[in-house]
Amino acid sequence: MSAFWSTFKRDFALMWSAGGGVVAPLGFFLGAAALVPLAMGPAHDALAAAGPPLLWVAAAFAVLATIERLFQADLEDGSLDQMLLSSAPLELIVLAKGLALWCAIGAPIALAAAPVAIALQASPSLVPAIVVSVALGMGGFVGAGLTGAALTASVKRGSVLIALIVMPFFAPPIIFGSAVASSGFGAAFLLLAGCALAYLVLGTFAAAAALRLQAE
Amino acid sequence: MAEGDNIALRADKLAIRRGARELFHDLSFVVRAGEYVEVRGANGAGKTSLLRALAGFLKPSAGQIHFDAAEEPALALHYLGHLNGLKGSASVSAHLRYWSGLFGVSSSLEQSAARLGLMALRDLPARVLSQGQQRRLALARLLIAPRPIWLLDEPAASLDGAGRTLIGELVDSHRQRGGLAIAAVHEPLGPTAHASVILA
Repeated sequence: MSAFWSTFKRDFALMWSAGGGVVAPLGFFLGAAALVPLAMGPAHDALAAAGPPLLWVAAAFAVLATIERLFQADLEDGSLDQMLLSSAPLELIVLAKGLALWCAIGAPIALAAAPVAIALQASPSLVPAIVVSVALGMGGFVGAGLTGAALTASVKRGSVLIALIVMPFFAPPIIFGSAVASSGFGAAFLLLAGCALAYLVLGTFAAAAALRLQAE
Repeated sequence: MAEGDNIALRADKLAIRRGARELFHDLSFVVRAGEYVEVRGANGAGKTSLLRALAGFLKPSAGQIHFDAAEEPALALHYLGHLNGLKGSASVSAHLRYWSGLFGVSSSLEQSAARLGLMALRDLPARVLSQGQQRRLALARLLIAPRPIWLLDEPAASLDGAGRTLIGELVDSHRQRGGLAIAAVHEPLGPTAHASVILA
């Protein structure tokens, strides 16, 4: 397990260091959420209907904004070669990097979803469900994003390509997540949880396979 | 160190193709415990590709690579490429700690740092190190995790005279412990090469 935690600690530290760029997605999320009420005007009903979906779309874009460099930096500076020679399987290293990303942007955005949901006129009783579901959904986004980032690691300015690869996979968590935001814990929440777990597991294996090809 | 006397690396009728171009074919050699082999050849002859194939990163288009080692190949070898594998914002000691975790060892990091003259630089971020100092930091991986097979691609790149001598000494003591080393070089390193593989 030591390779797992070493990778986690290193990536988490790098994400918060200068140029790591985790503050930007959180700012993006908060900024998008703050602009929506201004753009839509104070009409309570319209805001309450459009708020939760917008919150989810903003969260998904925040992941897209950070994921591009996740493996590209390792490929460019030679770190990927060393990961392939690690005492742990590459899948575990990839999972550690995904977990670090989730802790660095997933968890803060999930917490920030509480004030954002209230600002977007969500019912206060639904806020706990929204926070938990965004945390889960961010896990799903990260899982899908790992694969997109690994596939495009050698592509310069590959963010558009990542978006094209990953967007279709973002659709189910966004659909279930928006449903949770209006109905609370229920069937949609279970579907979201299943979806997030599946993405995390499948995404880890797919990303590791893609990275082995990138090392050529 | 889990190095026995029976460590060996064999290449059997190896061919490597990059794109449409075949770099070499029918390349066979054996490197045994205690041996140091230099790979030579002009730019583009395939030295790096050969080392990457031996490391398992690149699939040869024909032929086979055999390892006689107790561990599986990826755990038995070190690969030092052109790229040092450093993160600019992480400190020297953070790199050492990360690698010891990544390679699953708990060796004395102070000792490795001291051997490479990095002690005074421990707390500096990698981005402020000179090219030569960054190379020395990358070399620390060889010492942190004892592995029997060293694959070195231009190990002396951007090192000063003392650094080149140091690599020679490291390779020599590695051989005495029963390890083997293969290096792609333009200028001979310190230790006398047991053999040379020439890529035309």
